[in-house]
Amino acid sequence: MGHITFIEYDGTQHDVDLEAGKSLMQIAMDNGVPGVDADCGGECACGTCHVILEANWFPETGEVVDDEKQMLAMTPEQAETSRLACQVHTTNEMDGMVVRLPEFQM
Amino acid sequence: MKSTNLNKLITPLSNKAAKLIPLDKQIRGMHLYQKTKRKVLPERYLRKIPTFVEAPIPDVETLAIEDIDVSNPFLFKQNKWQSYFKRLRDECPVHYQASSPFGPFWSVTRYEDIVFVDKHHDLFSAEPIISIGDSPDGLEIETFIAMDPPKHDEQRIAVQGVVAPKNLKELESVIRGHAAEILDNVPVGETFNWVEHVSVELTTRMLATLFDYPFDRRHKLPYWSDIVTGIPETFGGTVDSDLMFNVAAEAVREMSGIWRRKEAQKAAGEPLGYDLISLLLSNDNTKDMIDRPMEFLGNFVLLLVGGNDTTRNSITGGVHALNQFPDEFKKLKRDPSLIPNMVSEIIRWQTPLAYMRRMAKEEVVLNGQTIKKGDKVLMWYVSGNRDERRIEQPDQFIIDRKNARNHLSFGFGTHRCMGNRLAEMQLRIIWEEILKRFEHIEVVGEPELVQSTFVKGYSKMMVNVTPIAH
Repeated sequence: MGHITFIEYDGTQHDVDLEAGKSLMQIAMDNGVPGVDADCGGECACGTCHVILEANWFPETGEVVDDEKQMLAMTPEQAETSRLACQVHTTNEMDGMVVRLPEFQM
Repeated sequence: MKSTNLNKLITPLSNKAAKLIPLDKQIRGMHLYQKTKRKVLPERYLRKIPTFVEAPIPDVETLAIEDIDVSNPFLFKQNKWQSYFKRLRDECPVHYQASSPFGPFWSVTRYEDIVFVDKHHDLFSAEPIISIGDSPDGLEIETFIAMDPPKHDEQRIAVQGVVAPKNLKELESVIRGHAAEILDNVPVGETFNWVEHVSVELTTRMLATLFDYPFDRRHKLPYWSDIVTGIPETFGGTVDSDLMFNVAAEAVREMSGIWRRKEAQKAAGEPLGYDLISLLLSNDNTKDMIDRPMEFLGNFVLLLVGGNDTTRNSITGGVHALNQFPDEFKKLKRDPSLIPNMVSEIIRWQTPLAYMRRMAKEEVVLNGQTIKKGDKVLMWYVSGNRDERRIEQPDQFIIDRKNARNHLSFGFGTHRCMGNRLAEMQLRIIWEEILKRFEHIEVVGEPELVQSTFVKGYSKMMVNVTPIAH
């Protein structure tokens, strides 16, 4: 099984198993990664599973639809490679992906 | 010509006048105009202002489904809301009330349907306002909570810095200082009103900080807020029109004074702070907002009401809930690390703002009902937060509830509450400080609740506190 690395804002790393098919948000929640709130439970409706991908991984995570863009636009920490983790559907190709967490979810 | 059309004509004129005439004088002018209109125009041209007289609300089982009217502003006060909304959720989850005092409206009562409506701003507009009744004539405020994208996004981004993480870190110690001082000064040994001594006091101090409003006059802020949410034709309260205009003029005079002072500071090259007005002045989209009086008033009212009733009633609601569920109080004392999760559970259980309103932009079929273009739709968060289909044992208050964060009280989608993190932080801090000081807070008698369709809140809750023995 592959793995994904979540890095908290303070630098703490969490290497977790990649269970392809689950959303990135679900993987973070299942592994108790701090710093992902997921207030809406995966509806693309709250913006609190904001993650920032390493640039080389961003194209691997698929298209960002308007709903997601709208929610991301509301966070002051939005970056070029920002995604909502609930909208990233993991595949085996994401083995080794590095995901950074913002300072706050809001 | 209908009066609303007249007002539309007058708003741009008043925007032009704004640069020349002080805002409060403009509001006084509008007050006079509205009063004159009511005197001279035949009644059929005038909007009817409802008067609400309290009468016992019948048990919901005695009513035909089409006669159920959840816009009754005494529904919360008389504690009938749970049975009313349960019946709607079970029998008619998307419900049409054809003839309420606020006109016809749809009620969306199940969790999943509410999320659908909230997410689809393309189908459901937040304009012209998010309350069940329209703004009072002459005070058609403009605020981004009641704007659709893209204008919504522009205005929200301009002000959201005031509650953004950077600011919150600064505010945490300020709030903790206030919370400690307030709790250290409650009258131990006496029965006292928790609403007044703690809930209102803490939220008022917070608002005074956010607005950089003179601290010694801070009690004006909740007073103004209560007047706004007491407007009968908008929210189902009891405030009369003269009082409303007087308060609007007073608030606008004071806030525009603060604006002009900060504007002069900015022009002199002095640094601005992180209060609301400084942030508005620092953003190109909003730096001239004072020239658009209804937008200026609207943004002020939005942050005032948004920061007032919500947190205030959640602070009171938490104490109330822990008294109704005493085992949870014990659980909390055994494990104070449950506070953050309990904060979410309090916000769900209380749901301090009962609904948000939308207007259908096209015909939409929702849960089998056809909502027509232009229809008014209320998303009853207070009902969705008790939806058995989504939340286990929803009427129970469980401080270690799994997925407690998944409540509806902040709304979802583009209009999701901007102040959610500040609200959670205030609640977390007050409970951390409470547990340091008090063994128990006992609610004495039944709390008094507010008359409103919108604010699910407390006017009075008497308590006795037991300090921790040292």
